[in-house]
Amino acid sequence: MPLHLKLHTTPEVPLEAECICPDRMRGLSIDDINRLIVFHGNREMHLADFFECSGNNDGDIRVAGDLVNVKHVGSTMSFGLITIEGDIGVHAGAAMSGGKILIEGNASDWLAPEMLGGEIEVRGNAGHLVGSGYRGSTVGMQGGEIFIHGNVKNETGHCMRRGLIVVGGTSGDFTGVNMLAGTIIVIGEMGTRTGAGMKRGSIISLTKTSILPTFSLACNYSPVFIKQYLHYLLKKGYDIDSKIINGHFERWCGDAVELNRGEVLLYAD
Amino acid sequence: MKIKSTEIVDTYAEAFKMYGCRFIITAENKQWAMAAAQSVTGFATSVIGCKCEAGIEKLIAAEESPDGRPGVSILLFTSDKDTIGKRLLERVGQCVMTCPSTACYNGLDEGEPVIVGGQLRYFGDGFQISKILNDKRMWRIPVMDGEFLVDDTFTYQKAVGGGNLLILGTNQKATLRAASAAVKAMRELPDIILPFPNGVVRSGSKVGSRYKSLIASTNDAYCPILKAVTKQTALNDQINSVLEIVIDGLTLEAVEQAMLVGIHAAAKPDIKKISAGNYGGGLGQYQIQLHELLKRDA
Repeated sequence: MPLHLKLHTTPEVPLEAECICPDRMRGLSIDDINRLIVFHGNREMHLADFFECSGNNDGDIRVAGDLVNVKHVGSTMSFGLITIEGDIGVHAGAAMSGGKILIEGNASDWLAPEMLGGEIEVRGNAGHLVGSGYRGSTVGMQGGEIFIHGNVKNETGHCMRRGLIVVGGTSGDFTGVNMLAGTIIVIGEMGTRTGAGMKRGSIISLTKTSILPTFSLACNYSPVFIKQYLHYLLKKGYDIDSKIINGHFERWCGDAVELNRGEVLLYAD
Repeated sequence: MKIKSTEIVDTYAEAFKMYGCRFIITAENKQWAMAAAQSVTGFATSVIGCKCEAGIEKLIAAEESPDGRPGVSILLFTSDKDTIGKRLLERVGQCVMTCPSTACYNGLDEGEPVIVGGQLRYFGDGFQISKILNDKRMWRIPVMDGEFLVDDTFTYQKAVGGGNLLILGTNQKATLRAASAAVKAMRELPDIILPFPNGVVRSGSKVGSRYKSLIASTNDAYCPILKAVTKQTALNDQINSVLEIVIDGLTLEAVEQAMLVGIHAAAKPDIKKISAGNYGGGLGQYQIQLHELLKRDA
């Protein structure tokens, strides 16, 4: 039986709850968990002031309630499973290195900034800056996999260096901006300025999108690695037409203002 | 012990410890996957002269392959673990990467790692691209028809080589027919290969030679044309043709099962005896007793 955390008092200002993480709860009794520190704005409080805690502490945590104002859930987690039975606030999974966070609703902005490993699945939408680096940081996501079944807003994968981000719906502007490496797959439409300033890495779009003038068309071909990625996504529950899996892609190389070793692959059939 | 009219000789096959790996070749269609598979398993019949033994394990349907394209599963074996990476590098580099539309993946879930794609990537001259999917690194190496996708690391494990059957028949035609039937039945099994042409070898060897430079020479005891000449013939008056099937497998159990299936399939009217090759038990780590196999199966 997992550990259940049920929100009984909705925070009026953002609640920083880094303690909702299997690593920080490891070996603690229910009483110890109730006494874990959270910050309600700048006030130090206990987890029990907001959450009712029950069940077994075995690395599997289920969190229920209106969590849009709850920040940093799963930050730096390295193992276990956190299931969010609804929406979640900003910075969920920040710098996580292992385990899985399943968000059954929507995720807010800054989902999994500077993530190192593990997996995040969002059944709904996510906000701006998924898998990005913090402002001033030169490196964003460095590993792991983020699967979003809905839409995302701007700057997805900003300066990401490694890992995989999949968007089942549409993405906003500046997808993969300043990307260093890694892979972003967008099944729906993308906004403008895709891959601006990217050095390396792959942005794969299954629909046509506008390309920056600093990208140049290399060829039209059928990359085997995309087939493997798309088969992987089928197993993850995404609905992808076999025509696309076996189809051809335009390879656009860029960004020429940087190394010019990145690529945007657009489904072309 | 007999199966129908065929005597199963009370002897054993002397098998050896080897190191084996499995890799998967996929391509645009079955023909190109098979072209690469035949090339990569060419000149790989015996470690004595080829440095490795390799063969096609099975065809892989598109829906079961890593990238959704038709594929072929290959097993490759070497006598020592230090050279398996070198053999893979040579063969994948020269026979798979060169073949249009192919990709090449590790086919073993567990084992010791050996870097293959991570070495071949240098052919990309700096244009190669690394991808990590599901914690597995692959390399995309630019080639003239697109790109060659290859796993960074393959794995190998302890394996068994040199399982064998000797089929002793009254004439060449009947012996060939029995050997072919045995090969067909054995090739249905997983985790094994039969590295010789069409699975059969006619030039069985013994250890040593009267010529000092040779480590192996013809197995005169089983050569029908030497029955009247050699002092140690194993053939009676009725036997005029002998063929051998060599089996390499990822496990001892896989080799034993293949031998058992092969014995049953080869036991035909004109096959007088089914035996096995050994060197007195002093060389190989495994002794696979034919009678024990049959008793276990009974």
